[in-house]
Amino acid sequence: MALLEVENIHAYYGNIHALKGLTFHVEQGEIVTLIGSNGAGKTTTLRTITSLMHPRDGKITFEGNDITYTPANKLPSQGVAMVPEGRGIFSKLTVEENLELGAYYRNDPDGIRQDMSNSFDLFPRLKERRTQVAGTLSGGEQQMLAIARALMAKPRLLLLDEPSMGLAPVLVDTVFDTIERINTEGMTVLLVEQNALLALEIADRGYVLQTGEIVLADDAATLKKNPEVQKKYLGVD
Amino acid sequence: MASVPVARRRRFEDFSWVDFIINALRFIIIALVIIGSANTLLSGRFTFEQWVSLFVAGLAQGSIYALIALGYTLVYGILLMINFAHGEVFMSGALTTVFLAHAFDRSGFLNSQPLLAIIILIIFAGLVSMSVALLLERLAYRPLRSAPRLVPLITAIGASFFLQYTFRGFFGSQFRSYPAVDALKGSLEIGTINIPIVQPVVFIAALVLMGGLYWLVERTKLGKAMRAVSEDKEVSRLMGIDIDQIIMFTFAIGGMLAGAAGVINGLFRPQGVNFFMGFVPGIKAFTAAVLGGIGNIRGAMLGGLFLGVIEAVGPNLIFNGLGIPGSNQLKDVIAFTMLVLVLIFRPQGLLGERLTEKKA
Ligand SMILES: Nc1ncnc2c1ncn2[C@@H]1O[C@H](COP(=O)(O)OP(=O)(O)OP(=O)(O)O)[C@@H](O)[C@H]1O
Ligand SMILES: [Mg+2]
Repeated sequence: MALLEVENIHAYYGNIHALKGLTFHVEQGEIVTLIGSNGAGKTTTLRTITSLMHPRDGKITFEGNDITYTPANKLPSQGVAMVPEGRGIFSKLTVEENLELGAYYRNDPDGIRQDMSNSFDLFPRLKERRTQVAGTLSGGEQQMLAIARALMAKPRLLLLDEPSMGLAPVLVDTVFDTIERINTEGMTVLLVEQNALLALEIADRGYVLQTGEIVLADDAATLKKNPEVQKKYLGVD
Repeated sequence: MASVPVARRRRFEDFSWVDFIINALRFIIIALVIIGSANTLLSGRFTFEQWVSLFVAGLAQGSIYALIALGYTLVYGILLMINFAHGEVFMSGALTTVFLAHAFDRSGFLNSQPLLAIIILIIFAGLVSMSVALLLERLAYRPLRSAPRLVPLITAIGASFFLQYTFRGFFGSQFRSYPAVDALKGSLEIGTINIPIVQPVVFIAALVLMGGLYWLVERTKLGKAMRAVSEDKEVSRLMGIDIDQIIMFTFAIGGMLAGAAGVINGLFRPQGVNFFMGFVPGIKAFTAAVLGGIGNIRGAMLGGLFLGVIEAVGPNLIFNGLGIPGSNQLKDVIAFTMLVLVLIFRPQGLLGERLTEKKA
């Protein structure tokens, strides 16, 4: 049984059929990437998994439990955390307060304090800025904060929606290194990206999404060599 | 971000009659205020002691506005909605508690243990107002959460009438005065200045409540969740925050402060309470909230104090100097003129930020 199983989900925005029967899975310990161009339905997929919207049909199971209709605010305590598209930092709250909110469902002050100091070890830049209002952080620092905040929930599955968005190439590398490191320490990751090259670099497997349908599914290494993928998503002629 | 230089450029290039008239108006108002004040001060019609007394009375009244204003601003911060029935939330606590206050008075408890008695009255009124606020949220506003913004606004006005006439049905329409508390009757003599004791007491009581709120919002987990929800509801849910619960807390806290304000107001002002008493303070507190920047907690506190002081000092200072007769009856004019002026010149309020795209 896979950690996350998405079975035949159909999602709509009004009459727009945004997801047309998606089926995929993520195994324990993997990095799985979902690549596709603008409007393919990547964000919609993550929003459906986290119950920010509900599918009209289909089923989502996590660790064997049906979470299709579990309210979004119950998911962190069940082990699913997400870094939303555009980071979703609380810009008027301090770095520390953002991290505390990541641990909102938790009631173990000592553990929270420990995890906060772990986040600061992982992202020393955040430590220097702990009492600073998050809106004043640079884009890269905000992305670090968004990842650190999601980790504060102690998730067993981390969903990342375009962590490279709006970042300078150097920072993109740092963020992807971090994702890889978190994964090595045991975190399962579902990574949504437009930057297919980098995503396939660190992923174990990948799915290619096109207008709401999965058109290709394979090992990351195989996908990277696929001529179709190279032409369309990797910019190779 | 690119829109900043564009906006700035437009200011210099396009001459607009609207801007011109607004600026002229601004100039005239500032001139009138300065001329009026200078006239009054130069004529020496009022002594320094009189100014101080007016100022302190204004602070006391203003702290009551501030307590009510917080309810408007808290709810707006979370839901971007003006709870126009908030004046009635204030009334419900004040009016219900007048009976308990009289019971305390008859039994002698009020004057033997004034501090304890007043604290109990405040808590009782806070609970009544809180319940009314929670019912409002649950029955009137929650079902309309996804409706266009005008709909809950109209509902709020309807709910306001509903509450007024329900309370008239319960308690009739006559005015009832809060009993006088002996301990609050005297006055303080500081040099030549004479200040009724009740005024600093009101001010301090309000300050304690506001301090409590500030601590709650800034330091507690609930307060952090409230601030998070006011910034981004969807991401707040991803953090595990139950939005409905936070909205309920927000109404509850605003209601408690309004109920407390109801008792404090009753002890402060002898003219009594009735079913319609929430209307004017409600609108004034709304003015205070807008003045400070709606949605901004510190703004509501300062806006309330500022409005109270301006109302107390303004008629004598400005209107009198301009030769306007009967200036003391013009208190309400000041409040509502301020509301209009703020909406024209600085809709974001004194402390508020400009309405962002998200809020607009
Ligand atoms: N709120 C919405 N209302 C209507 N249609 C929407 C909405 N959000 C997304 N869509 C549509 O659903 C489809 C999938 O959008 P989605 O945001 O999931 O794409 P994406 O793969 O995340 O794209 P991007 O890489 O640009 O983030 C698109 O056609 C989009 O126009
Ligand atoms: Mg997207």
